[in-house]
Amino acid sequence: MNKVEAKFDTNQVVISIKDLKKSFGTLDVLTGINIDIFKGENLAVLGRSGTGKSVLIKIIVGLLKPDSGVVKVLGQEVDKLDKKALQALRLKIGFSFQSSALYDSMTVRKNLEFPLTRNRRNLTKKEIDDAVEAVLDDVGLPQTIDQMPSELSGGQRKRIGIARTLILKPEIMLYDEPTSGLDPITCIEINNLIVEVQERYNTSSIIITHDLTCAKETSNRVAVMLDGKFFITGSFDEVFRSNNTDIKAFHDYNFINENEIIRE
Amino acid sequence: MDTFFVDIYSVSIFILQFFKEAFSGPFEFKEIVNQCYKVGSKSLALVSLTGLVTGIVFTTQSRPSLSVFGASSWLPSLVAIAVIRALAPLVTALIVAGKVGSNIGAELGSMKVTEQIDAMEVSGTNPFKFLVATRIIATTFMMPVLILYTGFVGMMGSFLNVYMNESTSFPAFIKSAFSSIVFLDIYASLFKALSFGFTIGVAGCYQGYNAQNGTQGVGRAANLAVVISMYLIFIEEITIVQIINSIR
Repeated sequence: MNKVEAKFDTNQVVISIKDLKKSFGTLDVLTGINIDIFKGENLAVLGRSGTGKSVLIKIIVGLLKPDSGVVKVLGQEVDKLDKKALQALRLKIGFSFQSSALYDSMTVRKNLEFPLTRNRRNLTKKEIDDAVEAVLDDVGLPQTIDQMPSELSGGQRKRIGIARTLILKPEIMLYDEPTSGLDPITCIEINNLIVEVQERYNTSSIIITHDLTCAKETSNRVAVMLDGKFFITGSFDEVFRSNNTDIKAFHDYNFINENEIIRE
Repeated sequence: MDTFFVDIYSVSIFILQFFKEAFSGPFEFKEIVNQCYKVGSKSLALVSLTGLVTGIVFTTQSRPSLSVFGASSWLPSLVAIAVIRALAPLVTALIVAGKVGSNIGAELGSMKVTEQIDAMEVSGTNPFKFLVATRIIATTFMMPVLILYTGFVGMMGSFLNVYMNESTSFPAFIKSAFSSIVFLDIYASLFKALSFGFTIGVAGCYQGYNAQNGTQGVGRAANLAVVISMYLIFIEEITIVQIINSIR
């Protein structure tokens, strides 16, 4: 069932998080996250809504500041970087937003050109065109190049959002709910794309999701968040052997119902 | 009352950040030109119509009062003073606040709540410089152009009216109109224009850039951008007029 076959290097840590804490007012969202993510690894982070999964990846990319703890990305402590160094680091991180976050006023081509023209100012028009076409081929949507985001389906928007991050050839991918709001067929396509990205671009990824099928098919390792920290980490099968009621509920909701439907 | 002072503090920080980003490289010349074009093109039709109607109506309404004193020949001069000193700057600013200010508030608000601004930031672009600084510069420097244009169209409306009623020639109309206008009037109008444009840009960008709570927040940002701009424009108008009159 698991499609991830890429081997990852446990000697090379790309993201290291130590005792990370973050609160919003009186609400403690992250209460002590500790984890290392290795080169070439896909880590799926599971957890109930509001447990701070998205906050975690926003801290990793420097969109939010932690209250305490250390987050190192590619050996650099994110919170300590100046504006220029943070900008340089961000170019090595691809962030796929839950809402896709495509620029509404630009065509798909302009959306994809934008990060390139802003950050690689010495590229020729042909080099930019080639890069745009290549990345659109990679996500399987070359025909959408001149369409506006409003003309795309939810799944297409997700793919273009991923393509926009891939155009800078990131070393790390952060996916925020990549399959939320999509039909099952499109979910499978997105799952396949995440695995293809890992293989083709040799990325390390964090995949934030509620979708156990997505977690199972795209990740080498799963981490489950409870009460603001990782309750358990391990392979998908190891994690879901747990007797914890929340983890069982997650599993049963996704898979028992599915089996019952198949039997009927 | 606490939130009022918090807002004042936040806006002050926002304005300081604007000056920091606007005067430090790399400069976004292409985007500034793009935004100037948008400000101009969005306002042009309405500003033209309003300027023309203002000139015609003000001339029509002023004629009977001046005729009573046998002073109809002062009509171009009266219209020029009213249009250049007060009507063109104020009417143009209110139109731009409604058309452009609301658009900036809604556009940035929508980008904020759909995470487009975050997406821009994580892809290595400074969104404040690219989205905010360029729009404030565009509204500030396009406003004098639009106000001069409104003044010109308003005077043309007045000329049409005067020509049809009194058969005054164009050179005679212009000579009479500008006989009472001094350079201080032009400078004051340009100063007002810069001030109004900056206000509209800051109000629209601040509300949009800080929008929250989904689509409701976008509507609120667009609405507040217009309302706050208009209040501030009236306050600035009164203040600048008092200052200019004390100099005059």
